Amino acid sequence: MSQTPLAIDKDAFPAAEARRPSRLRLGLRHLRRSNAAMIGLAIILFWLFIALFAPKIAPYDPLEQDLMHRLEPPNPVHWFGSDELGRDIFSRVLYGARISMPLGIVVVLLSGSIGVVIGGISGYVGGAFDELIMRVADVFLAFPSLVLAMAITAALGPGLNNAMLAIVVVLWPTYARVIRGQVLAVKSREYIEAARSIGAPSHRILLRHILPNSYTPVFVKASLDIGAAILIAAGLSFIGLGAPPPIPEWGTMISMGRQKFAQWWIATFPGLAMLMVVMGFNFLGDGLRDLLDPRIRRRG
Amino acid sequence: MQLWQYVGRRLMLMPILIIGITLLAFIVSHLVPADPLGMVLSERAMNNPEIVAAYRARWGYDLPLYQQYLVYVKNLAHGDLGESIATQRSVREDLAQFFPATLELTLAAMMFTIFIGIPLGVIAGIYRDSWPDHLARVLALIGVSVPVFWLGLLLLNIFYFHLDWLPGPGRLDADIPPPPTVTGLYTIDSLLAGQWATFKNALAHLFLPALVLGAYTMGAVSRMTRSSLLDVLGQDYMRTAKAKGLSQWAVILRHALRNALIPTVTIVGLAFGDLMSGAVLTETIFSWPGMGRYAVTAASYLDLQAIMGVTIVIATTYILVNLAADITYGLLDPRIRIGG
Repeated sequence: MSQTPLAIDKDAFPAAEARRPSRLRLGLRHLRRSNAAMIGLAIILFWLFIALFAPKIAPYDPLEQDLMHRLEPPNPVHWFGSDELGRDIFSRVLYGARISMPLGIVVVLLSGSIGVVIGGISGYVGGAFDELIMRVADVFLAFPSLVLAMAITAALGPGLNNAMLAIVVVLWPTYARVIRGQVLAVKSREYIEAARSIGAPSHRILLRHILPNSYTPVFVKASLDIGAAILIAAGLSFIGLGAPPPIPEWGTMISMGRQKFAQWWIATFPGLAMLMVVMGFNFLGDGLRDLLDPRIRRRG
Repeated sequence: MQLWQYVGRRLMLMPILIIGITLLAFIVSHLVPADPLGMVLSERAMNNPEIVAAYRARWGYDLPLYQQYLVYVKNLAHGDLGESIATQRSVREDLAQFFPATLELTLAAMMFTIFIGIPLGVIAGIYRDSWPDHLARVLALIGVSVPVFWLGLLLLNIFYFHLDWLPGPGRLDADIPPPPTVTGLYTIDSLLAGQWATFKNALAHLFLPALVLGAYTMGAVSRMTRSSLLDVLGQDYMRTAKAKGLSQWAVILRHALRNALIPTVTIVGLAFGDLMSGAVLTETIFSWPGMGRYAVTAASYLDLQAIMGVTIVIATTYILVNLAADITYGLLDPRIRIGG
């Protein structure tokens, strides 16, 4: 009789172990069914490639000034023209990917992990603790994202690192809320009760059983948020709170072209690059949402 | 749970939320390592010991931090948000002056959001997986992906600088005086005063910034409308409606749309937050004299009282709008009344 629970335990874990990679493969096979997700993925890979090899592809040093060739319109030498210090805009746009893409990914990884841990514990523990955490999250969510990020960056002092920190502070509660809702839904399932009845400790139930079954909406949200984080960071740079001028950050570059309507190329090209990258992440997220949302998966 | 219980719970949480908002704004503004007085007072005032002493006493700067917060809240309760170093006026006066401009811009952007976003989502949902759906998806995704400040610059460059079809930055041409203030919204005030030329000019000035600001929320609302329409179309009662021989349009308009638009109420409430975020950048581009531009100026001067004031006002407005949206949702959809 006392042997039975152990037998179940031994059987249950290898099965759970084997299921996870196959689910990932299943996810990738699903992904191929969504054109939007595949287009998004292609755009992201394209820009990751550019970010990785910018020093090899870029024809000029992004910081190199050439005062003899200031404000030149696009031409065969400077494909995207040159800015008021004669720097090559094409090279600067390529280098911009090295700032915005890692920034978006790191910000979402950080805020996602913080949010998942806090929200997961909050939902699992429940009671007064849960109530407190959710009210704290409500307070953060009461501020429009850019407004709070702006106040935090201004207070900490302008700069790219402070801007990133501010965006993490703004984003974590959204993850806490999403994962908490998922944990509450999963917590009452029979297999969790089964795990508890065989004496699995709380942290194991949370980490091995509840969280892996709650991740789906977090992935969708993360891919959409990378785009959002890139936009907020660029917005902060645009109003002078993010990356300082010599850095080839896209938002900073666009703000350089602000007073120069006749030299349209200064602002236009970095903006197009940012639009493309953010669209890539949004296409991926939108496609994922369609695939994973069982309510609107194929009709029938 | 009854509806009044649901509303009651939400209303009870409001004071807690507002206290939280002021606390967070206070903590953020005290992240600054420098002497707050140096941030609040001009250099000349700093050299005058009387002014410095008066300020210390009024804001309790020599008290421990938690008491400073209590002083701030006490002043706040009397409507005193402190003084702005940038404008040399009280933050409350500043905000009262800049609020109508932001309200007008936000309402106009909301019009774009609703009158373009919802039809776009409905068309995408009805013609699922065919070219109108793909086109709507691309438009919506451009809307949520485009950097607002870049879109603003681009459209100004095209329609103002190159084509000269639309007026440039600001709320009115420089040679047109603002209409007599009733609501503070120039389009409405000029109509009330019967100033037709002023109305046309204000409307022309409003068009581009509202379009730029509304682009993001338009995209979000159209995606939400699409997925909630698809959700409803998959329900059993839709099959029933079709089975009893109703035409496709009757099914969609009479049965599906009415239910599908309920979640859109929530997203429109949430969209208000995105509009406030967007207003910060849109107002900067279009030199629009609203709260967003005020917030940017405050942030770049490290004008702490102004930053706190403007974030508290924006956040409070935001939660009130969302409360209204949630109550509307509760009224429209009885299923929602169960949870908090």
